Amino acid sequence: MSDDANPLNSPESPEHTQQPMTAIPTLAQAATERKTFAVSSALARIRQSHPRSSRIPDAVFKVLILLTAASVFAIVVFVLWELIDKSRLSLHQFGLGFFVGHEWDPVNDQYGAMPFIYGTLVSSFLALLMAVPLSIGVAVYVTEMCPMRLRAIISFLVELLAAIPSVIYGLWAIFVLAPLLRDYVEPFLAKTLGWTGLFTGPVYGIGMLAAGIILAIMIVPIIASITREVLTAVPQNQREAVLALGATRWEMIRMGVLRNARIGIVGGIILGLGRALGETMAVTMVIGNRPEVSKSLFAPGYTMASVLANEFTEATGDLYLSALIEIGLALFLVTLVVNALARLLVWSITGGSTGRVRA
Amino acid sequence: MNRSLKILICVFALTLGALAQTTLNGAGATFPYPIYSKWFSEYHNQHSDVQVNYQSIGSGGGIRQVQAGTVDFGATDGPMSDEQIAASKVKVLHVPTVLGAVVPAYNIPGVTQEVKFTPEILAGIFMGKISNWNDAALAKVNPDIKFPNQNITVVHRSDGSGTSYIFTDYLSKISADWQGTTGKGTSVKWPVGVGGKGNEGVAGMIRQLPGSIGYIELIYALQNKINYGSVKNSSGQFVKASLESTTAAAAGVKMPADFRVSITNPPGKTAYPIASFTWLLIPTNPADKTKGKMVKDMVLWALDNGEGMASGLSYAPLPKEVIDKVKAAVNQQVK
Repeated sequence: MSDDANPLNSPESPEHTQQPMTAIPTLAQAATERKTFAVSSALARIRQSHPRSSRIPDAVFKVLILLTAASVFAIVVFVLWELIDKSRLSLHQFGLGFFVGHEWDPVNDQYGAMPFIYGTLVSSFLALLMAVPLSIGVAVYVTEMCPMRLRAIISFLVELLAAIPSVIYGLWAIFVLAPLLRDYVEPFLAKTLGWTGLFTGPVYGIGMLAAGIILAIMIVPIIASITREVLTAVPQNQREAVLALGATRWEMIRMGVLRNARIGIVGGIILGLGRALGETMAVTMVIGNRPEVSKSLFAPGYTMASVLANEFTEATGDLYLSALIEIGLALFLVTLVVNALARLLVWSITGGSTGRVRA
Repeated sequence: MNRSLKILICVFALTLGALAQTTLNGAGATFPYPIYSKWFSEYHNQHSDVQVNYQSIGSGGGIRQVQAGTVDFGATDGPMSDEQIAASKVKVLHVPTVLGAVVPAYNIPGVTQEVKFTPEILAGIFMGKISNWNDAALAKVNPDIKFPNQNITVVHRSDGSGTSYIFTDYLSKISADWQGTTGKGTSVKWPVGVGGKGNEGVAGMIRQLPGSIGYIELIYALQNKINYGSVKNSSGQFVKASLESTTAAAAGVKMPADFRVSITNPPGKTAYPIASFTWLLIPTNPADKTKGKMVKDMVLWALDNGEGMASGLSYAPLPKEVIDKVKAAVNQQVK
């Protein structure tokens, strides 16, 4: 679409005000047919009618696009700078020990970010563990096996889940999920998997496990809808080719569809992970808000985003405030590192190829 | 006077009012927000030239903004510390406005009666030293109640709040152990328990967790009809929190000149021991004299007329003698 944008916006084409009306259906048609012929012929017509129009708008357009891209860099740099600048006091006081310290005691001005980093990573990882298989399952079913009528309903419901505000998820978790976990799921887990050490201790319902589950429910719609889009974009002839070689349906999905779509799927997972790392409200309502590193998933924990939301408004001391902003810096860095690792993972799987279907 | 003339005068008055209107900006504590917004809207009704814009951004934010001089007045649930006062460019007067109380709420399976708590029991529970409801100390002061064999789960506020400040201030006063290990603050390092966000979060968790106990604002308990226990005060009486017993807590305390006083565990037979003032922070020598005068007038108006509105919104009003003292101080110190 970008190629035709500047002739349409060109101030020099008063006589061509009719052009967009005819061009739009042509383009839409072209997009569905994956053919460029119609577009190029439309462009050719425009160029013929006013030959001088392409140069200046093109340059302006290029600069504008460059500016929008550069603004992303500017925002990231500015955020990072602000975070470092405002947390200088705490950086100076605790140094790198801040990131591994376990103590969080505002009364005695002792601050360490470890319990929060741990809580953020564990709750997000738990969420991915549950959400990824579920989302891919939903997406595969919807694109590959689902009857047409059901497909619309499932897609609609998945997107509905994405539209629910996080505070509603939090309330639901407190009043429905937590009692369910406390009365049925956690006693069962303690009995069957208690030996792992992950499911021991007093059962509150709220805690790391509840936070992981609520996060999983919140990121399923993101991963599922992106995966569905990616799977839909896999060319039909890939499927037919694999089937023609005598593959079963499962083999066709595995080799013909998922294999081709994996980069896009990982992209969706990264987006979901991003939401999980930064989610605040729903998590803080069920995680128990206790800054402790505990192996048991039943135990309460704390996340970086939650402690910021909880304590920022009433923080009065300078060092306290500075430590909270450094938590923000830690969250920024953790997100950066996790995203970088995910990208590396994708590259290592695909050997750097980019020719596959992307999200 | 005919009708169209009346309308004309009205329109004229309104336009004039709008032209001459000054906006006073305030920011701070969330706890008194409902009563403050009622006062300020009532004040605007009576003085159409003054519009007060109060943002409930939290006590910490209120103190910071007033220190920096970005607002005309601030508000806080905990008094400013000596260091904060020393660091502040703007000298302020703490003006007590209304009182709040914090109550212990619990969910003990099979217990419907009102549970009595002594200071030692409360400190023991919140330090994790009393960890089961069948503890002998509880049975001793509540001989009529049969407590179950059930672990105690402590629920505290996870967000920084004046409520936590009042409660930990009380525990610090009645337990040297608490004072030494945890101390007081809007956020502290809780020895045991899980955190809920806001009064509603704590109340929700208490409702959901059998065997739990937490602390919530009296207002919240009254408005949501949540059961809570009585607490033994310094005179040895078990007092249940109410607006009257909260006001009584302020009556027995000797007021210092700057009104920065904690009234937890006060003397007085009828006083409820876990109570506190909430304060407006008024610059004593404001840069903008006209606005400063307006803030002063408004505060005096609130002390005269606002206290009567307090109990309607479940806030405990100041005792009469405190109001007189505060008014004298405002008149004298605020220029």
